[in-house]
Amino acid sequence: MVVVVATIKSVMLYEIYTPFPEETDTVAQRAVNSILNATIMITVIIVMTLVLVLLYKYRCYKVIQGWLFLSSLLLLFFFSFIYLQEVFKTYNVAMDYFTLAIVVWNFGVVGMICIHWKGPLRLQQAYLIMISALMALVFIKYLPEWTAWLILAVISVYDLLAVLCPKGPLRILVETAQERNEPIFPALIYSSTMVWLVNMADTDRPKRNSAESPAPSSPSQDDGGFTSSWVSQQEHRLGQLQSTEETRREIQQMPSSRPPVEEDDEERGVKLGLGDFIFYSMLVGKASATASGDWNTTLACFVAILIGLCLTLLLLAIFRKALPALPISIFFGLVFYFATDNLVRPFMDELALHQFYV
Amino acid sequence: MTAAVFFGCTFIAFGPAVSLFLFTIAREPLRVIFLIAGAFFWLVSLLMASLVWFISVQISNKESVSQQKGLLIFGVVLSVLLQETFPASASSHHTDSILLSGLGFGFMSGAFSVVNILADSVGPGTVGIHGDSQHYFLSSAFMTMAIILLHMFWGIIFFDGCEKQRWLAVAAVVASHLLVSCLTFQNPQYVSSLVPTYVVMFFMGVWAFYTAGGSLRNLKLCLTCKDKDFLLANHRPR
Repeated sequence: MVVVVATIKSVMLYEIYTPFPEETDTVAQRAVNSILNATIMITVIIVMTLVLVLLYKYRCYKVIQGWLFLSSLLLLFFFSFIYLQEVFKTYNVAMDYFTLAIVVWNFGVVGMICIHWKGPLRLQQAYLIMISALMALVFIKYLPEWTAWLILAVISVYDLLAVLCPKGPLRILVETAQERNEPIFPALIYSSTMVWLVNMADTDRPKRNSAESPAPSSPSQDDGGFTSSWVSQQEHRLGQLQSTEETRREIQQMPSSRPPVEEDDEERGVKLGLGDFIFYSMLVGKASATASGDWNTTLACFVAILIGLCLTLLLLAIFRKALPALPISIFFGLVFYFATDNLVRPFMDELALHQFYV
Repeated sequence: MTAAVFFGCTFIAFGPAVSLFLFTIAREPLRVIFLIAGAFFWLVSLLMASLVWFISVQISNKESVSQQKGLLIFGVVLSVLLQETFPASASSHHTDSILLSGLGFGFMSGAFSVVNILADSVGPGTVGIHGDSQHYFLSSAFMTMAIILLHMFWGIIFFDGCEKQRWLAVAAVVASHLLVSCLTFQNPQYVSSLVPTYVVMFFMGVWAFYTAGGSLRNLKLCLTCKDKDFLLANHRPR
């Protein structure tokens, strides 16, 4: 989130395009347009989720893996290239293509290795965070304001429904994976600790990272990055499912040649889907971009999202099953954004003017 | 105004707090969570106070400057009082969490007060060109540092007072918080606001230290690194 905020504050966004423009004459028209935009986006996400669930159900693992590989490739090379270009433009740094090519190449290749094969945990986490931030930046760039807020709200509701309803696609995914007794896409999940599973180590580690299938550079704005979001959607479920209780059980069931690990990390390790990172970052990034250049609003959203996440983790500890990570945090984030921007900001501005401290 | 001012003021304002954070909190995720929870509660209290202020401004006479100022002062006082009620409702009385929520309060309070100012200080401009004080940034930074530390001390004393039913301590905390806020009304006569604030901070610091179980002996042992329990590296609650 910090990366996204820093970038947004410094790099100016350029043209935004969606099917329905938001620079309209009346408020009503703008509202209608943004609702239509949001509907398109959400439909794309739902469709992609269903496609993924179907692919998984019919065991087309190769397709999914190829897709993920391609997405992480595009994300690590192409989007980081665009990002760097924007940064150089903003800071007026002169850079030749050769140096840039070497840098991007190295960054990308190391990323692919860490994500799809093996790598130090911290590096994997760092890459995951970087690509989530890149995705969030893409969303912020391509989405007009009202559409973005609407999407955030709707996607939290969708998340809630998809994970908790018996017929929700994500729940089906989770249950199918449970029936087959296999880890659901350990890729695409941000894990806070090393996975200690002996027998799962091979299948787990290589796929551990994620990427979302980025939407190609292209013109299809609706797709602009959304295909990734559905993928990310299922992650956090997967993530939650792969809770440490499960992994611990697995270890205990195996004949182990080493003493049982009683690491605190195992107790507290959590898995979170990358989609959650992306939407959190998107919220904070949008907040910092549009809140009258005010840092207080950004800070408030930041804290609100973190608290939401803590609450979600608390609920996870209580319920011990896959939970949607978006609703609580996004709800808090949105409430605090609008409240801080409209209520607290004028108050704090007045105080700062007179240098009163509260 | 340059990067020098920005970095200088940032370090002055947040130095002690961030170093506290790094030494005692950064290693343990649970503590970070408590810190964020503290910050969150401060934010909620501020939100409520702003709501009240906003409503009162809307229904008041917008032309009258003195009325606006009066409303502002009212807002400040209300916000202070709300801030004090929030920790009272937090349930945990474990020493660590009190310290952390106090620090969380302090961080948030300091950040909200000073971050916009710091952001402005990076850009071009001349301070005080219209006759205002030239020490705006510096005094803001010092004030922020004092406030952050004060919040932490207040938290400790407040909770201890609540736990041991020593209402005098609680009242003293609320009163000194109000005092410090009201002192800031003296700005820009910085001498009359900063100096008393620092005096209060020092006094509160000593009080909090003794409340938390410190003593001159402990302090000496700690400083000469003789008492293993107090080594920051393996900080354990006593």
